[in-house]
This record gives sequence, structure tokens and C-alpha cells, in this order.
Amino acid sequence: MKQALSLTVNGELVECEIDARRSLVELLREDLGLTGTRVGCDSAQCGACTVHLNGHAVKACNLLALQAEGAEVRTIEGLSPPDGSLHVMQQAFQDCHALQCGFCSAGMVMAALDLVQNTRCESEADIRNGLDGNLCRCTGYHNIVRAVQQAAALLPPRR
Amino acid sequence: MSESTIGQALPRREDPRFLTGRAQFAADITLPRQTHAVFVRSPCAHARLLAVDAQAAREAPGVHLVLTGADFRACGGLPSVFQLQGVDGQPMREPRHPILAEDKLRHVGEPVVLVVAETLAQAQAAAALVQLRLQELPAVVDAAVALGAASVLHERVAPDNLCFHWTLGDAAAAEAAFARAAHVTRLTLRNQRLIPNALEPRAAVASHDPAEDRSTLYVSHQSPHLERLLLCAEVLGIPEPKLRVIAPELGGGFGSKAPLYAEETALLQASRQLGRPVKWCATRAESFAADAHARDHHTEAELALDANGEFLALRVRTLANLGAYLSSFAACVPSLLYASLLAGPYRTPHIHCDTRAVFSNTAPVDGFSGAGRAEACYVVERLIDCAARELGIDPFELRRRNFVRRFPHQTPTGLNIDSGDPLATLEQVLGLADLSGYPARQAVSAARGLKRGIGLSCYVEAAGLAAGATGARVGLFETAELRVHPTGGVTVCTAARGHETLFAQLVAARLGLRVEDVELVQGDTGRVPFGLGGLGGPSLAVGGCAIDRALDKLILKAGRIAARLLDCEPEELRYEAGRFERLDGGAACGWAELAQAAHRPQAIPGLEPGLNESAAYAPIQPSCPGGAHLCEVEVDPRTGQVRIERYSAVDDMGTVLNPLLAAGQQHGGIALGLGQALLEQSRYDETNGQLLSASYLDYALPRCDDLPYLSVQLATGTRCLHNPLGAKDGSEVGAIAAPAALINAVCDALDLRALDMPATPWRVWQALQEDRA
Repeated sequence: MKQALSLTVNGELVECEIDARRSLVELLREDLGLTGTRVGCDSAQCGACTVHLNGHAVKACNLLALQAEGAEVRTIEGLSPPDGSLHVMQQAFQDCHALQCGFCSAGMVMAALDLVQNTRCESEADIRNGLDGNLCRCTGYHNIVRAVQQAAALLPPRR
Repeated sequence: MSESTIGQALPRREDPRFLTGRAQFAADITLPRQTHAVFVRSPCAHARLLAVDAQAAREAPGVHLVLTGADFRACGGLPSVFQLQGVDGQPMREPRHPILAEDKLRHVGEPVVLVVAETLAQAQAAAALVQLRLQELPAVVDAAVALGAASVLHERVAPDNLCFHWTLGDAAAAEAAFARAAHVTRLTLRNQRLIPNALEPRAAVASHDPAEDRSTLYVSHQSPHLERLLLCAEVLGIPEPKLRVIAPELGGGFGSKAPLYAEETALLQASRQLGRPVKWCATRAESFAADAHARDHHTEAELALDANGEFLALRVRTLANLGAYLSSFAACVPSLLYASLLAGPYRTPHIHCDTRAVFSNTAPVDGFSGAGRAEACYVVERLIDCAARELGIDPFELRRRNFVRRFPHQTPTGLNIDSGDPLATLEQVLGLADLSGYPARQAVSAARGLKRGIGLSCYVEAAGLAAGATGARVGLFETAELRVHPTGGVTVCTAARGHETLFAQLVAARLGLRVEDVELVQGDTGRVPFGLGGLGGPSLAVGGCAIDRALDKLILKAGRIAARLLDCEPEELRYEAGRFERLDGGAACGWAELAQAAHRPQAIPGLEPGLNESAAYAPIQPSCPGGAHLCEVEVDPRTGQVRIERYSAVDDMGTVLNPLLAAGQQHGGIALGLGQALLEQSRYDETNGQLLSASYLDYALPRCDDLPYLSVQLATGTRCLHNPLGAKDGSEVGAIAAPAALINAVCDALDLRALDMPATPWRVWQALQEDRA
């Protein structure tokens, strides 16, 4: 059964008719071609599909697209300007070698950004606790934590 | 620029495409007129497949094709890359590994039927209509139970479920050494089954052009050339030039994306029949059930020592669980890769290893980071701690007494270790771990009712199977092709993977270019020459050396061009970083000028135009990284909860081109090893063979708050002596060293003799109760 959906993705209005069973990540990847958001599991356990919904990190595999009705969604593709320069968080990941295979990175960056902007994130333990919904199999998280520390020092909290 | 790029901690040039979401993994590829595939998998561990009723699925909306085992009977089975000779002189038993199940189902998750439809939802709906008529058989999941069991997986080929019984070493010499030992330490060890869990699930898109009779397979794979070779030569009989295998970005492999799998084979066949692209992306549940698993050893080990604590001999008997079929590399893991590393960094003069490898109703196992070497290190390092405890000798001191002191060192297991300094490495890690502060930290823990312990693990790794490894049906070598463009920039084509930045640094340094002027092409049989790709860790020590050799040839040819331009003989020139200069202090020419001249035949009459060279490199022996890891834990004896407080590692990776990336490899390997030691275990129900650890809720990968800050350093002063770069590589060393370091630490904290991995609270608590009883 198709239903009408209207939302904003990376600042652009999207209006479409979709199968009510479609998940948000399917909408992003399959219908809108935004494949930067990855699917590592299908049960909200790995965090590779993390995007922002109204400024907060959500796991897009575990939301129906219809639940994003009227919302502002931001994906990894909408984080940096089109000129190729990197967002502070992305730059920190590169500087600190916080990615290897790169599969978790999009979700990790989106989760990290929510963490530093929307929560009290002062100590290494805060960062480790805050990122425990996102799996990485390559880095041992060591350099991810360093990258988030570097970015947190540069990004003002929004709360 | 130039030489300065070597050894620099340059961030990776490939990162932006991952960080902005532009990188394309296999699942991101969409081809025109693409169809979607779903596999119907075995719901049970062991059964006779009496019939497949797929009629309803064939007639379901949107369905284009349904394939079953019968459609593949004329094809070869999935092959083993190794053929070992057993202790009885007979070749190991190689039962047919079907693409889709034929007469029997042998593990949960085994692919049985392929359904291809217009949309994924239609394929899923149709797959649900397939009926399997089964006669269930008793399942055997543990190797010790499977060996000689009444329930047999491959009746005709392996009537006792044994695949091979293989030994290495001089049994009589070991026996004699045990007879004169002052002390013998014995230990029973379990190296539990793991599921590698690359974060990217396997995915593939196969397409076929009937007009040209050409196929293309996009697949998440570590070695596209090997994939193509096995598909063409062993399974589907396609002429090799007619198949192009492209491995896009790889979202982690760790060995689990090295075998040839049934899924992509069936997909390729389906696309050839349909004449349309067919795409499949594994769900995580499929990854758990049908990716190659790893490890799974039962081991009895004994170490003979003299009165001074010097090792006289080591004897190891291992039962290895191969799963239901032989995966591509499985045979070499509990044999060659394992036994040859049992000497570790020690002088142990006599070693005997006896391995029996067994079929069971579980997913096939294959290599996973540190394959074989990790199991060997665990045996040796646990045994040494146990011996130290029994003899009342400090475990660090016992290691010092037995370290190899002179290199090259020939081990009794066939491995020749060319260089290393285990003693210096150990002292370095003891400093890094701040051992002098340990008593104070221990006192703080004790005041809170907690137990603190430290555990050491020393290792030698053998990175890369050398070309002549016994029983290998393919040899490890890598090729590199350098194409110099008229403006001087270079395209590097190599099958070696994962080192875009390192390889660019290497080329840029020798040719005096900026790294931006060097472009890398990899992972595509249509664009790069044959090579084994990302297998066995030695991308730099093998692939880097192939590039280095191609650079030698390129510079030689450039020298002839320079001589022509500078009006002298090549011998009268000095070369440095892209610039030739006459020895008499006269004229000079730079790389851009040379490249341009090479593409203008009139500028270099009599010389072959162009500036392209290729080279191959086959290692004569594996490179041997080594190191020492120290783990410090705090354990709550009331709950069994283990916290890793500190982890320090010093690894000898030989020459390191980029220390930032080397540290990343150290961290990653350690995380894999700590995951095994602390959290991970693949479990099957022993009565019905159902996979119990089939989601991230049931199979615990290390999360950010499970791991500590990791202190890593590189050992200094040694290099690999048998390759031109001096590189030893070290992408898997942490996975090798960490498990024993952590278990030794927990045993130290609680004064336990033995503890099996993973050290979950339940298991630690139980070990404490047993120890008290």
C-alpha cells in the first residue's frame, strides 16, 4: 500500500508516494540514491545507518520512512559543503586515522556529532559510553575517541 | 615531497570519500535492469534433502528464475586452495562442496535455493513459498563429538568425519626430550569458534552480456583474481578473459571475504541464464550463519623444561573443527599456519604437532585475522604462564631465559626467522606499561575489593604464505604495473589492497613526485594484473615490494632516456628522487621532462617510446613480525566482571612507511584479539545444531566502552632481511598476541591455573568457584 510522504532531506524538500513498509534507510538509499548511509545489520545494533532526524541521531534501519513525515533528515552527504571541504568532525576523523575500511564511518560521524553537540560530553568515558551504539571492527575505537575529542574541542555544544 | 614522504605520519588520502559517503561498496552498486536475489537456506543442521518444491515460487509475481542444486550438478564444487597429505601418506579428504545443496543439508544457513525476481520484496515473498522435504538426521557440532560419530556428514568420502590427520615435527626427538625433562607442564585449551563479522555484509551484483558472452561480477571480496580463477577454472568453466571480477570498496574482510562462496557463484550463473544483472546483499543474520567462521580448536599441549627452566620440547595435539565443508583456505589454518608458529620467539629445540581436522554440522571455517598463528601463540603463551606458576618462576623471567638471541633462527617447525629482538621488545613494553607503578595500582584495586593482574604475551608472526608453501595450489605473489603519463604523473595498478596512501608515498618518494600525482588502481581483474590481493596480511611486504621492483625497472629505463637527453651514457648519471644529473656536474633533467620525452619518439631516437613497467614479487619466505603485549586487568571476584585497565603493545613491523597507519593496524588487531578473549563466541545448540549466536545481541563484538586506551609503540632497529623494503607488515599481530595477554592477566589476578575464552563474568565466576572447590 502506497502512502504520501513529505520530508526534508539535506535541506531539500522530498515528496513521494512510498510503500508503508519501507524503512527510512531504504528510502534514503534505494529511492533517493543517498548510499552514504550504510546497512550493517537490520536491527539497530551496529549503527552504520545513523542519520540525524530533527538534529538528533537515529538508526535509519529501525524507523519507517513514514515516521519521518514532516521531519528534517540529515545524512552524511549533507554534512559537508559541496566544494569538497570536510566538516570539523569529518576532518578530525581523517586527521586522527579514525577509519580503516570506512564502512562504519558515516554512521559513526553522525553519532559523534550528535554526541558532542547535544549531550554533556566531557571525558573519554563520556565519549566511549556515548558511542557504544556504533560498531567498528577495524580501529579498536582508539582513534575514533581521539577524533571525537579533537572535534569536541572545536564544536560549540548546541544544548 | 620526495624522500620525506617515507616514514611520515600522513593521513590517508582515501578518507574523504568514506567520510562524505561517496565511497561505493558492493551494496551501493545498481545496474540498469537489475533483478534481486534471495536465498532459501537450510533450516536445520543435518538432513537428507528428499525434494525441493519450488513450483509456487516460480509462479509467484515478479519471479524470473529459481535455481536449485540440480542446476549445478554439472559444475565443479567449491574448491579447496590447499591439498595436504595426511600422516598415512594419503591426500586429505575433499568432499564435494555444492553450490546449492544437492542430496543433503549439512549446516544451518547452507544455501539451498536461489530465487531471482524483479524486486527484492517479490524475491522474498517467493522464497517463502519454497517447500523443502527433509528427513532430519542427528547433528554433530563439536569436533570431539563429530570425530568417529555414528552421524556422518560425507558418507562416501569421510566415513569417520575426519578430513585429515596431519603432523609436523620429529615425534621421537620430542619424546626423548620429554623423557629427560625435570618438569612437564600440561594444559588443555579451547580456542573458541568466532564469527569474523566484517561490518559490511557480503554483497554481489553479477551481470552478463549475451552478445559478447562476457560476465562481470561486482563482489565484496579480498582477492578478485583468485575469485575469478576459482570460478572459471574449478566451478563454472568460463574462459578467464570472459569474466571480469571487480571488488569495490571493501567494508572489512579479516579473511572472511577471501574464500569463494556459493552465493556469488550462484548469482553469476543466474545472470548468465537470465541475461540480466542479479544483485544480492546478505542480511546480518545471513552473515552470521553463512560467512566463514574461524578458530574452533580443542588442544592438549605439554611443555618439557629442564631444571633451569629452559624449554626442551613442546608437544601439541589439536582437534580442529572445519565445519560442514572445506572452505577455500581452511585446510592450511590448523596445519601449516598453526604448527609452524609453535616455536614463538623461543629456542624450543623439539616441537611436534599433531592435528586432526574434522567435519561437523556447522558453518565452514576459514582464515580470520591471525589465522593459525593466533591459535599457536595462545597455546605457547598460556603454557608458559602455567609452567612459570608451577615452577615458581617469574613468567617474564621464564620467557627471557628462552628467547631466541641470535638471528637468523631456524625453528624446528620449518620457519626461518630472519630478524628480531624479543628481549629488547619485552623490555620496551615493560617500560611502556609503567610496571613500576603497578604495585600502587594493585593496592588501590585491593582497597576496593577488586583483584588486579597483568599478563604478557610474546609472539612471532609469519605474514604471508611463501610461494613454496607445502600443499598450496596457488602461490602468493603480487604484481605491480606502473604507467607514467606524459606529464609525469603515475598510475599504479596492483592487486595488493588497502594501502592507497602507503603505495602512493612509496612511488612519490622514489620519483620525486607529490603523492597527489600518484593514482592507484586496485581490485579489478579488468584493470590490474594477477595478484592475490588482500590475503594473509602482507600487502606491504609483498605488494609494496612488487611496486618497488617495478620502480627499479622504471628508473633504469628513465636513465636511458635521460642519458639521451643529457648526451652521455646512463652510467655517467646520478639519480635521486626523479632527477638525473651528470656525474661531471653538468646538466640535469627532472621527471616531467623525462616523461614528456618518453612520449615523443623524435626526442629519443632509437629508444622504445613510453614509460611503463611492471614487476612481480614472490617472497622466498614469510616476513616475521614479532612483539610483546602486556595487558592489565581489574576483576571483581564477586561478579567475575573483567575490566581491561591498560593495554600496552610493542610490535616489530620492520621498516614502517607510515607510523600513523601502522599504529592503526596495531589498534585494530588488538581489538580483534581482546574481543575473542573477553566477549566473542559462536555457539551452536549441541542437540539440534541451531546457531545460537546469530545476532549482535547474542554475539558480542567489542563496543567502544569495552576497550581501553591502547598504548602502542613500534620496536626499533630491525628490518626484514629478505625483501627490498625491509617491511614485515603487521596487520594481524594484535589478533595473535592479545588473547593470551588478557587470559594470562585474569589468571594472574585471580591466581587461576586455567580459564577458557571468552572471559565473560559467568565463566570467570564459575572458574573461581571450581578453583575454590
